[in-house]
Amino acid sequence: MATLTPEDLGSLVLDIGADEAKKELVGKYPTKVARKRAKQIVANQVEPDLTVPEIQSNVRTVPGLISQRGCTYAGCKGVVLGPTRDILNLTHGPIGCGFYSWLTRRNQTRPKGPEDHNFMTYCFSTDMQDEQIIFGGEKKLKQAIQEAYDIFKPKAIGIFATCPVGLIGDDVHAVAREMKEKLGINVFGFSCEGYKGVSQSAGHHIANNGVFTHIVGLDDTEPAGEFKINMLGEYNIGGDAFEIERLFEDIGVTLVSSFSGNSSYDQFANSHTADLNLIMCHRSINYVAEMMEKKFGIPWLKVNFIGAGATAKSLRKIATYFENPELTAKVEEVVARELPAVEAVREEVKSRCAGKRAMLFVGGSRAHHYQELFREIGMEIIAAGYEFAHRDDYEGRRVLPNLKVDADSRNIEELQVEADPARFRPRLDAAGIARLEQEGIKLSEYQGMMADMKNGALVIDDISQYETEKLIEIYRPDIICAGIKEKFAVQKSGIPMKQLHSYDSGGPYAGFQGAINFWREIDRLVNSKVWKYLQAPWQEHPELAAKYVWE
Amino acid sequence: MLLRHTPKEVHERTALTVNPAKTCQPIGAMYAALGIHRCLPHSHGSQGCYAYHRSTLTRHYKEPVMAATSAFTEGASVFGGQANLLQAISNIFTVYEPEVIAVHTTCLSETIGDDIPQIVAKARDEGKIPSGRYVIHANTPSYVGSHVTGFASMVKGMVDYLAASNGHKENRINLIPGYVEPCDMEEIKRLAGELGVPVIMFPDTSNVLNGPQTGKFHIYPDGGTKVEELIAAGSSIGTVALGPLASGPAARALDTKCKVPCEILNLPIGLRSTDTFIDTLRRIAGVTVPESINIERGRLVDVITDMHQYFYHRKVALAGDPDQLVALTEFLVDLDMWPIHIVTGTPGKKFEKRIKEITREVPHPVNVRATGDLFLLHQWLKSEPVDLLLGNTYMKYIARDEDIPLVRFGFPILDRIGHSYFPTVGYRGGLRLLEKILDTLLDRQDRDAPEESFELVM
Repeated sequence: MATLTPEDLGSLVLDIGADEAKKELVGKYPTKVARKRAKQIVANQVEPDLTVPEIQSNVRTVPGLISQRGCTYAGCKGVVLGPTRDILNLTHGPIGCGFYSWLTRRNQTRPKGPEDHNFMTYCFSTDMQDEQIIFGGEKKLKQAIQEAYDIFKPKAIGIFATCPVGLIGDDVHAVAREMKEKLGINVFGFSCEGYKGVSQSAGHHIANNGVFTHIVGLDDTEPAGEFKINMLGEYNIGGDAFEIERLFEDIGVTLVSSFSGNSSYDQFANSHTADLNLIMCHRSINYVAEMMEKKFGIPWLKVNFIGAGATAKSLRKIATYFENPELTAKVEEVVARELPAVEAVREEVKSRCAGKRAMLFVGGSRAHHYQELFREIGMEIIAAGYEFAHRDDYEGRRVLPNLKVDADSRNIEELQVEADPARFRPRLDAAGIARLEQEGIKLSEYQGMMADMKNGALVIDDISQYETEKLIEIYRPDIICAGIKEKFAVQKSGIPMKQLHSYDSGGPYAGFQGAINFWREIDRLVNSKVWKYLQAPWQEHPELAAKYVWE
Repeated sequence: MLLRHTPKEVHERTALTVNPAKTCQPIGAMYAALGIHRCLPHSHGSQGCYAYHRSTLTRHYKEPVMAATSAFTEGASVFGGQANLLQAISNIFTVYEPEVIAVHTTCLSETIGDDIPQIVAKARDEGKIPSGRYVIHANTPSYVGSHVTGFASMVKGMVDYLAASNGHKENRINLIPGYVEPCDMEEIKRLAGELGVPVIMFPDTSNVLNGPQTGKFHIYPDGGTKVEELIAAGSSIGTVALGPLASGPAARALDTKCKVPCEILNLPIGLRSTDTFIDTLRRIAGVTVPESINIERGRLVDVITDMHQYFYHRKVALAGDPDQLVALTEFLVDLDMWPIHIVTGTPGKKFEKRIKEITREVPHPVNVRATGDLFLLHQWLKSEPVDLLLGNTYMKYIARDEDIPLVRFGFPILDRIGHSYFPTVGYRGGLRLLEKILDTLLDRQDRDAPEESFELVM
């Protein structure tokens, strides 16, 4: 969602231009590696029609290069299903995968009451042993599901396949069907073996397919409320979803379901009754939105609740969509109520942060979403990139028809979805869509990150450890945003680092209050006194000016 | 409640693990490899493995954890990972210039049966390994053992690939510190230094995973055992291996390969295990224990006598790794505490037997389980509560639900610092453990005491 035109954004003048820097970044690589990486590093150039240079992405990571990426299991079980509290998520595999994805992403959830199911604090695993690798693990998986059912009585069990499961040929879907029949609860499997795809992105897609196939549409009960929406791609890290939920409540919008921060199984089952899907993280969840539109006729809108301006804009988009003066009035009332506090903090923080420079290498949407927050306090984004995004997240959905589908992507199932004969109900007619376009709102549209960046800024996909070190050497930015694995290497270089996956220990950063929290955090990081004390006095002035003379 | 679904009644489970008290082999192998100077650990598997291991170690240490991966995709999983590993070796030596690449396998590469020595030999033939550089490896399928046995395998790999006898016996001792914290390794080395015993210690993660902030990042920090030392370990007069599970295999391999005899001891946690460690070093090296160590020991004994009333007959539940738990349980029994629920996730029958021996004289039934999990421990606690929990950060959910104080000990500790800076081995480490236990118990007493019996002097 380009908030600014290319002219507004202007160009970036760097001491070492992006093209020259690019040569430095790949200079040490073997020729073939350099050639490949060169296609994933571009200098931004936004044309008046918002087209941008092509950037290669969603391709294999070069072995040995040390990238930020994780695996398909992490994207499926960790990211998309991880925040679900009342689905018992059972990892079928050796113990590690379940262990590492146990509570480590800071997804918050708030069960309705003390009796409500909450399995998020638990880690469930079949803890596969060599015996199962040799003789097959289906028997143990069935037994584990039975034991999980006997002890926990969940309404649904999700099974997540890890690498060896696919290799030895365990059929998690067949086991799921059998146990579903036997137990009378919903049991479904995900073939999210870690080696599938080229990054966690494949896992998002697999999770989307599974949730859509096995849960969405199971409950046709019409929820109360005039303006019914789903929030997609919001995972409630550090309480973001709570902040957004508060705003929805204040403007009188009914949140039918959330995929999947602070979510519940029943909400997923009921989500097809909403009249609008809002997408936060385009990369991880656009598949569900597309499928819900095809099957049930629910349109989707890309929104962004990171940043006060972006939040206000997103709320106004919702009001425009529903075309209701009362809703519009409420949105304006909430925006007017929240903005003064935000503005006061912005002015204060800007006085200490303006002119400082940031780099963001993270995720599939946050490297885009957080740029506005930095800009608003006068900070410059000199380089940004995603860890696992596709070209449409960089260049906008306009490139979708021309995307090459390579062998790695073809391995991930693309569900063929058709309109539901009984339940397909287009929420807007042609006139409605035309009205929205007139008001500047395009449905099913995402402009991508690059259109919101200055000309001359570096855009780097799937950045490596080596490239990160080089960038630091060349530009010495004032702050870098990435993930936990990058955090301390950056900080050991004397540069503060903010995690934008887990938010370190912070949040919420969404909504109006979130903007305030984020700016305070950035202010703390870039202006912390400690960065001045890295050198001891005797290291800064090693030569003695004079000697004490002992009488 | 955070663990609201944990019932008091124990259903025996045969297939389902809930809230594990172990993790998988490769992370232990990665940690061990970080204890070699200028070594880049390499995970031969899909990207998720190394991403998870690096993340978990980073959260535990708050330090950079560098490692590489073969980045398997579906093709590699079907046709074998040779091409990926060859490419990785070549890229790593070109771009990151380590002295050693330490490859560990994963469940993925083990299931498809990749033969690492064959691939490494091919890399050597093709000139992908520069002269004077090394590629070592350990087989660490995730479906066998635990992070502890993965650590042990990589330490053994250091011996298998590098240790060599020069035909003489050099007057020094090999120390294998076990799966302990960087500061513990430093403390073990310091104690040997106090005794005046020249040592080669491996692995050594001190100054790798507890390094200083200097404003300059070095992918290979100053710490770590040097390759020359690993080679020379084959010519030492003896090996003292701490922790049978984590250090035993390497010590025995050195004996077989280079005829370096070994003594395999408990981890030196607590009074008597530290006594055994010091006494063994003294005996093998033929040195006299200096007064400075007698003073350290005496201080630990002094605090035990001074504060014994607060330990006496207090019930404790513990979860962690076998080598640690054996030494720790013995220490608690020596304090006249009652360790009554003890769980490790790491498989192995010996563990239960050892713990039963150590707790034989505890006048209270003792629950012990290898291949157990924190869910089972929690269930035991609901039937028989304790005064104190000892274990990793995941125990804090039990601590909060059951309102029992927790002393963090073991791996991983994700929510506090200290474990990588202040040792718990040796006499000084024993003192620190006592301080932590006392602080925790006495804070609780201060919180709960009726006003009339709120104590000033304790």
